[in-house]
Amino acid sequence: MAARADRQVSHRSFVSYIDKSREYYSASGFEHPYRWAAFDEVPFSPHTQPLAECNVAVVTTTFLHHHDSAHGAPASGKQVYAHPVADVPDSMFTNDLSWDKQATHTDDTESFLPLKALQQLADNGTIGSLNHRFFGVPTEYSQRKTGLDADQIAAWCAEDGVDIALLVPL
Amino acid sequence: MCHQTVSLVSRHLESQGITTVVLGSARDIVEECGVARMLFVDFPLGNPCGKPGEHDMQQSIVSLALDVAATAIAPRTTVQAPVRWGSDDWRTAFMRVDDSNIAALRSAGNKRRAAQDADSRKG
Repeated sequence: MAARADRQVSHRSFVSYIDKSREYYSASGFEHPYRWAAFDEVPFSPHTQPLAECNVAVVTTTFLHHHDSAHGAPASGKQVYAHPVADVPDSMFTNDLSWDKQATHTDDTESFLPLKALQQLADNGTIGSLNHRFFGVPTEYSQRKTGLDADQIAAWCAEDGVDIALLVPL
Repeated sequence: MCHQTVSLVSRHLESQGITTVVLGSARDIVEECGVARMLFVDFPLGNPCGKPGEHDMQQSIVSLALDVAATAIAPRTTVQAPVRWGSDDWRTAFMRVDDSNIAALRSAGNKRRAAQDADSRKG
């Protein structure tokens, strides 16, 4: 089995956000740490089709700007949504999400919503197609609510014939 | 929290027969939840697909994510993207707690709890 030259890394450290958030919220006076979702069993759907034949969809946790009524989704009372990739705004609403606002910015949507990159991969034949719409899911503390949103996204994926979902959290 | 949300969606899609890959920067949250495939990008939260404006890097990260989708043979596959942010200052600066901000954090927490209590009394 050949070694993967394109996957060689020189550093293997990572930040523990579970630790960081526990310490942060403890310092803020919250007594009980958040109970993160954890499962023994992991569903796995083996991938059998060549990438060049696959329809790929993106799932994001970012939203369209609430002040742009043409784009629908408000920043409060967020609902799971589908939006045409042909009508991608120049920026997405990310201010209400928890990301590192000191170290970086989200002005380049391709840094978290890679629709142009995927379209290029479709154009050069690496993938079959970029799905005609992408999906947005609200970030919820409630795992039950996320389950309902997941049902909706699965239904949209089935309707569109999505083979691979690329899920990109902010 | 975004990482937990998409991890739960990923699990659901996999159970419905759709291949998924999570492309994210909070490795511990995704792995704790348990997903079929993850491409981990060791960057500050916000740019999992590559640094802003660096389109070659973004293209390469997205390609690698698809490669992980196509080649993983078992669940809980995590591959780390061979990219580095540069400075490591963000690792300690994000959600930092120390003597300089602990009083402000406690005060903000008190306000938030008061608001939550008021909301719950409203029903």
